Amino acid sequence: MFKYFEPSKIFSITSKAPKYVLFLFIIILSIGLTEALVLSPEDYKQSHSVRIMYVHVPAAWISLGVFSSMTLLSVIGYIFKIKNFFLISKSLAPSGLVFNIIALVTGSIWGKPTWGTWWAWDARITSMLILSLFFIIYLVAWRIYENNDKIFKVTTIITILGIINVPIIKYSVDWWNTLHQPASINILSKSSIHISMLFPLIIMTAAFALFSLLIFLMKYNTELIKIKNKGLDRL
Amino acid sequence: MYGRKVKLRFFFVSLILITVVLSVFLIIKSLEENVVFFKSPTEIKALSEIDEKKIRIGGMVKKDSISIISKEINFIVTDFKNEINVVYSGVVPNLFSEEKGVVAEGYLKDKNFFLATKILAKHDENYMPPEVKAAIEEN
Repeated sequence: MFKYFEPSKIFSITSKAPKYVLFLFIIILSIGLTEALVLSPEDYKQSHSVRIMYVHVPAAWISLGVFSSMTLLSVIGYIFKIKNFFLISKSLAPSGLVFNIIALVTGSIWGKPTWGTWWAWDARITSMLILSLFFIIYLVAWRIYENNDKIFKVTTIITILGIINVPIIKYSVDWWNTLHQPASINILSKSSIHISMLFPLIIMTAAFALFSLLIFLMKYNTELIKIKNKGLDRL
Repeated sequence: MYGRKVKLRFFFVSLILITVVLSVFLIIKSLEENVVFFKSPTEIKALSEIDEKKIRIGGMVKKDSISIISKEINFIVTDFKNEINVVYSGVVPNLFSEEKGVVAEGYLKDKNFFLATKILAKHDENYMPPEVKAAIEEN
């Protein structure tokens, strides 16, 4: 089992993976965009601005998922002293931040024609902004403590503090009066998005997940090469 | 099974997590008043005194309540328990319409009368094509 954590062994797999992921990403994205921009119907109330949702919602989901995975990896990595988990977590962060920003920007673009404002300090939007700050703090921490063993403690603490925000983001729309609408998709009950609009949403989520994986693999490979250059054959 | 150090670190992380969750919970609970984006008409009715400060109220625009007199728009915001009359002059968002969600920012004159300086339309969680909407209305 521990043999598997040898950087060169991992690298031999992860260095080949990006091209396949990229290929799959392009296929899924083109299906998703065709569905979202051309084939799916307009909304009865907001007409074509509904199409922004196909970017906005998957981006928000992925950024929340990425932060949760980072926390899980950091905490397990910290408890069991697995250095590799920290590298995975570090490599995940950039794509999470990018999708977080995409969610904020597209939400703003959608907000202007529908709500009548670019920005509102409601609980959902503000908590999402706080999440992006946590991503930034996390990435800056890696820059500051680059060659210091403190980094493992520091980043674990940052993710633990940040993870509290994740359920707040999720339930902010139920707990308080917000301008942002409540969730349309619920695992337990019928979703309030019509099936013809749900389909492109799911495809776009898959495409964004693949993009996230692609960026992760590129970042992770860079980390592995760095370790190789230092002459360490074990993490 | 696991070493003493591993258990200790597990305990340490859990303790931090519980502490942070509790403190964040308490902070948010005490800030409840400011976390809500708007107040409902029922909450306005329950106020003990009327504040001069700018506030936001929200709810549904009551059916057949919008009346436009020259530049002024009058309508009623309801949460199906209580109602507030709102008067506003200016541009309203595209999605502003009867029986839809609205958030009005402005000043409360008395418990039944609100002078709005800004109107935001609230979108609900339902997304569907126009044909489906028409079919639902027929039923």
